[in-house]
Amino acid sequence: MTDIQAGTEAAAAASTSAQVPAIELDGVVKEYLAHGEVVQAVKGVTLTITEGEFFSLLGPSGCGKTTTMRMIAGFEDPSRGTVRLHGQDVTDVPPNKRDVNMVFQSYALFPHMNVWENVAFGLRRKKIGEAEIRRRVGEMLEIVALTGREKRRPREMSGGQQQRVALARALVNKPRALLLDEPLGALDLKLRQAMQIELKRIQREVGITFVYVTHDQSEALTMSDRIAVMNDGLVEQLASPREIYESPSTAFVAGFIGTSNLLSGTVDRIVSGSAVLKLGQEGRVLVAGDGFRVADPLAVTVRPEKITISTEEPAGDLSVVPGIVSEVVYLGLYNSYAVSLADGAEVTVFQQNALDSTSTAERGDAVWLSWQPRHSYAIGS
Amino acid sequence: MRRLAPYLLILPGGLWLAIFLVVPMVFMASVSTQEGDVVNGFVQTFNFSVYGDALVQYRTQFLRSAGYGLVATVVSVALAYPMAYWIAFKGGPRKSTYLLLVLLPFFVSFVLRTVSWKFLLADDGMLLSPLKSMGLVPGDFHVLQTTVAVIGGLVYNYLPFMILPIYVALERVDPRVVEAAQDLYAARREAFTKVVLPLSLPGVFAGVLMTFVPMTADYVNAGILGGPENTMIGNIIQTEYLVNNDYPTAAALSFTLMAAMLVGIFAYARALGTENVLEAAAR
Repeated sequence: MTDIQAGTEAAAAASTSAQVPAIELDGVVKEYLAHGEVVQAVKGVTLTITEGEFFSLLGPSGCGKTTTMRMIAGFEDPSRGTVRLHGQDVTDVPPNKRDVNMVFQSYALFPHMNVWENVAFGLRRKKIGEAEIRRRVGEMLEIVALTGREKRRPREMSGGQQQRVALARALVNKPRALLLDEPLGALDLKLRQAMQIELKRIQREVGITFVYVTHDQSEALTMSDRIAVMNDGLVEQLASPREIYESPSTAFVAGFIGTSNLLSGTVDRIVSGSAVLKLGQEGRVLVAGDGFRVADPLAVTVRPEKITISTEEPAGDLSVVPGIVSEVVYLGLYNSYAVSLADGAEVTVFQQNALDSTSTAERGDAVWLSWQPRHSYAIGS
Repeated sequence: MRRLAPYLLILPGGLWLAIFLVVPMVFMASVSTQEGDVVNGFVQTFNFSVYGDALVQYRTQFLRSAGYGLVATVVSVALAYPMAYWIAFKGGPRKSTYLLLVLLPFFVSFVLRTVSWKFLLADDGMLLSPLKSMGLVPGDFHVLQTTVAVIGGLVYNYLPFMILPIYVALERVDPRVVEAAQDLYAARREAFTKVVLPLSLPGVFAGVLMTFVPMTADYVNAGILGGPENTMIGNIIQTEYLVNNDYPTAAALSFTLMAAMLVGIFAYARALGTENVLEAAAR
């Protein structure tokens, strides 16, 4: 049994017995003074990351995700709030005394050291015996497939290799949590996709909590157990990738994750557990759920792939909205339709090219859009 | 034409160096082995013994120059490094202002600045006379005409040449690399000794080259601030050339100094080549 596997089992055992969360942020606020004005980069984040979890902080640039991560690492002091690692308050603990390691956006490898020395750096600082260092560094380099390149300098390596050195340099210390700040940002698409799978594999293998900062929604959806979608210094939604995608809780999340259609109207009537929104003269949108009141304004999102496009008015308990096709784009796997509604709103519809790739409708055709009530998501007002 | 372009680029500078550096060097090398005097003219006799004679005669000044140069270089590093560090990491948006301040003395003549040091440090000057009247220093205390004054002048005059290359090297150090060291359990001091210092050593190396050579060959500081006990080899060359008109000895001393300096620098580069230094620091 390798040491890393032993560590995994110990971590797994610890998580099942104690259930102490790996990372807890409690009302964390970060304020900066910029040009004499107080700017809040993080406006109050409270979240709990479980042991062994692959957790992503997802959001556009400037949303506070990197600042949040840097507060976990100890590079930024929170203006208010508490950071706890494994139940211990570390708010005032410097980064070198925190048992978390970070993979930096541009890797931040030590340019004057070779691969071996880079990876051994943390262990040397911890005053671990030279034999033990040799064993652990060798083992780690094997995991990231860099055996035989120990003597290379970072500048002599490709981006993908540098990235794996950065990963090895952090993981070799067996931190209680690994923080990754957009680690794949500098790689090209193919390599990025390969590294996503690789990262997930390594995380499973070592069983360490991963906190992953990214602005790339597909990256977050692919790898994470849970995602916190951040916007403007606050967490908009914290849920599993499926939940975030299928039922975004705010208009921001709906718009940021994938393509989404936003329809708004007022509740016309309530029918057996669904609210019915009137949309124009002939359109109706069914929203499953209760707690709706007649005459309330309501915004609803629906994913493009959930919508069926047809030339005849469909029957049944469906949302049905008429429109005119304004654009058809062939995208190989599917056709993308832009459909203009009577009120001027534009709805995107994806229709998979499962049987043949001829389009159901052409530009200028009058069509009916329909979808199941459970695919309409009411957005919190 | 296109293939000639790179050569055309180096042509002006190359010509300049050929005419104003190589030709005089060859000429002076020839002068060094001539015999004669200014009145009757010099004749080439291939008298190489002048080299040995000059070295024996001015051995003290050679050694003193090397010693002053070394001490002044060490003091310069000690003064320049913290300054360069502060400007690079704590200078914030005012970095260029601070750099300008470092360079400001260059806007005043080298000789004039050294002469004003002489006024400042004079035995009854504005610094010493109040101290003496307050009884803080003995009445016969003096700064001028001492080793300290000469080395102080050397450091003062060449300090910017040490600060600038160190600053450039420190400025290039990615702050995230320092954070990475802290993240990997290095305390602040260790992050400095293991990461910042080794990465800035090429700057120190360049700074030493840029200051040690001119400081060792300097004659202005020893001439103005020093006494007869502080004569450096530069002063001897100047005297031989301009006062005694002994051109062969002056030329032979110049070439000896140049050769010694080249040997010293090559040895220094070999021993402390940046690669070696970095490798040692990585452990």
